[in-house]
Amino acid sequence: MRHAFAVRIGPVGFRIGSDWRAPIAHLETLYRDYPKPLDGVPDFTVRLFARRPWRRFLRPSVEIGGDYMLPDAAPLPLRQGLLAAEMAMNLQMALGARRYLLLHASAVERDGRALLMTGISGAGKSTLATLLAAKGWRFMGDEFALLDPATGLIHAFPRLISLKNEAIAAAEAACPDARMGPLMPATPKGDIRHMVPDARAIAAMDVPARPALLVFPRHGFAPEIRSVQPGEAFVRMTQASTNYVALGEAGFRALTGLIGDVSSVAVDYPDGASAIEQVEALWAKL
Amino acid sequence: MHDGPYRAPPEGGLLIAPLDEFTAVYHRASGITHLLTEPAPQILAILGEGALSLGALLDRLARDYELTDGDLTDGDLPDGDLTDGTREALAARLAELVESGLVERA
Amino acid sequence: MGEAVTDARVLARALADPASVVGLDPDGWTTLLAMARAEQLIGTLAIRLDGLAMPAAVKAILADARAAAEHGRRSALWEAEMARRALAAVDCPVIVLKGTAFVAAGLAAGQGRSIGDLDILVPRASLDAVESALLAAGWEWVKPDPYDDAYYRRWMHELPPLIHRERDRMIDVHHTILPLTARITPDADALIAGSVLLENGLRTLSPNGMLIHAAAHLFADGDLAGGLRNLWDIRCLLDEFGTDGLLEEARRHGLNREIARSLRLVATLFGDDVARGVDCFYARRLTARDGWGRPTRPATRLAFYIRSHWLRMPPTMLARHLWTKFRKG
Repeated sequence: MRHAFAVRIGPVGFRIGSDWRAPIAHLETLYRDYPKPLDGVPDFTVRLFARRPWRRFLRPSVEIGGDYMLPDAAPLPLRQGLLAAEMAMNLQMALGARRYLLLHASAVERDGRALLMTGISGAGKSTLATLLAAKGWRFMGDEFALLDPATGLIHAFPRLISLKNEAIAAAEAACPDARMGPLMPATPKGDIRHMVPDARAIAAMDVPARPALLVFPRHGFAPEIRSVQPGEAFVRMTQASTNYVALGEAGFRALTGLIGDVSSVAVDYPDGASAIEQVEALWAKL
Repeated sequence: MHDGPYRAPPEGGLLIAPLDEFTAVYHRASGITHLLTEPAPQILAILGEGALSLGALLDRLARDYELTDGDLTDGDLPDGDLTDGTREALAARLAELVESGLVERA
Repeated sequence: MGEAVTDARVLARALADPASVVGLDPDGWTTLLAMARAEQLIGTLAIRLDGLAMPAAVKAILADARAAAEHGRRSALWEAEMARRALAAVDCPVIVLKGTAFVAAGLAAGQGRSIGDLDILVPRASLDAVESALLAAGWEWVKPDPYDDAYYRRWMHELPPLIHRERDRMIDVHHTILPLTARITPDADALIAGSVLLENGLRTLSPNGMLIHAAAHLFADGDLAGGLRNLWDIRCLLDEFGTDGLLEEARRHGLNREIARSLRLVATLFGDDVARGVDCFYARRLTARDGWGRPTRPATRLAFYIRSHWLRMPPTMLARHLWTKFRKG
């Protein structure tokens, strides 16, 4: 394709081809400290393209494609090209990943052990991971945690952190030195701004961690902590994994192993500061 | 209801992970995970050893697991011999297992 | 990673002659993998290249593809088994077709193959009984649209597609192997009569029947989308069963031209023969894919798309069909 970029995020290599320069320029800047795909062969190909040639110039509209595609993914305007690239990369992971059980969760690490946070969009898993990283935890990822069925370890996937709406200001305040992508107002998901994970997260991205705690956070409630029974945790995690079914027996063993090994806790929290306190208190008691 | 005989996958055909009141069962032939409650795991264990009719299955459940009416219905019936209500409840659970593909009418 | 001046012949060559991949550079591998994914041949490629020297990254990607194909095989066989159970009480032969048949019979064509919906063939006289048995066992109609429904029932070679409400898998119930509107009318009764019973209680077409169906599906029905995979099926079936009596049987179904074309294109794309005449056009369509996995040669693709509708419907009916589709947007 006309413009191309390759990058490795954790164990996963991508190449992104584009009909336009702009999205590739953003990726080059924001992912400048990341390595290239292993052996020069990416796991996944992503394509950002114009459906019709004139759409490159006339109200340019970015179609999302790649190895794995959704038939009815809506195109985005060119000024949201970086978002299109990130969405397309996530789509490859969600539909194509087979080596790891993909958990829709953010992850941070301390003392070699991982804390996983999962929940519906808006539960605050990105924000909490960012705030914990600012407090000295190692950031492993804000969207997917990769559970290796062979070892039971969590591998990091520290892609750009996707901040939405009020989370943008909160993250900027917590991490004043962080490098940020362009502010993209009024996307289909609201205002979006990408933040580059800190240097430590990138340097240590090949270091896996043993999962120790699984948290189901819920934002906007009075502080409350409730233990989640294994049956409920199992069901919620099968729903939070896009490739649980595709992994078959390996997925079953990995997930029942995870649920058996870690405590699962539901955490209601009113605001970020409170959540950090609640989570660190839980962690201290492990 | 059809009185069988019924059979379930032999040992090795299922991976079983007891969680709490739920048991996660991975069915190797289909690649499908099922979440079961009592007495479904017990039914699968018995029918995995060999095909049985509904009546014979009831007897085995009562003997091996000391399951009584209370375990199989809503618990309103007194303990003791298995009654028609129990038989109906069990037949319903069996029908679910047949529909899921875990149990086959032999 | 610039613009690749290549087409899916590199993929065809890798499948037919696995040693041809030795010495590929990273971009060469990247191209091959993207094409194989786009043509739904990545699992097949993974099986074919197993054991050869390759970079660790490629090895891991192909191991994933093998695992995915194995999962697909298991799901396809399970869906066939559930259909067998649902139809056990209907007194008619039930024949599994295409990918499911290949894996059910343990054929080379099934190794690593991606498998979509379950396709079964039953006698036309049994369609109603089959339909009711499937509906009773948890399958539901996909399309509520009455025009589509009427269209299928009147003109297609299958029931409107059904989907299982729990397992979310589709089944296509055929009563012959080409639409009734097609100008070729294969003898479905003969295909069913020649079918073979497998140990697992399923039936497949005879070897020649499978070849004839594959060629009909590839060249007489459709626009050749995914055609390279279908041609690979044919190549594997030929390799495993040979061509004894094939042309004669194909003639009885009116599909001798399609079989002859299949043989020539297999020899061209998976062998050393040079395509001649109109075969060149077919070969160009079957390999129209670039190193980013993108479809190429839009004019060739469009020509085959129009041809596919032309083949299936008389022109006045085609116009009516496209008009109805158009009005519905």
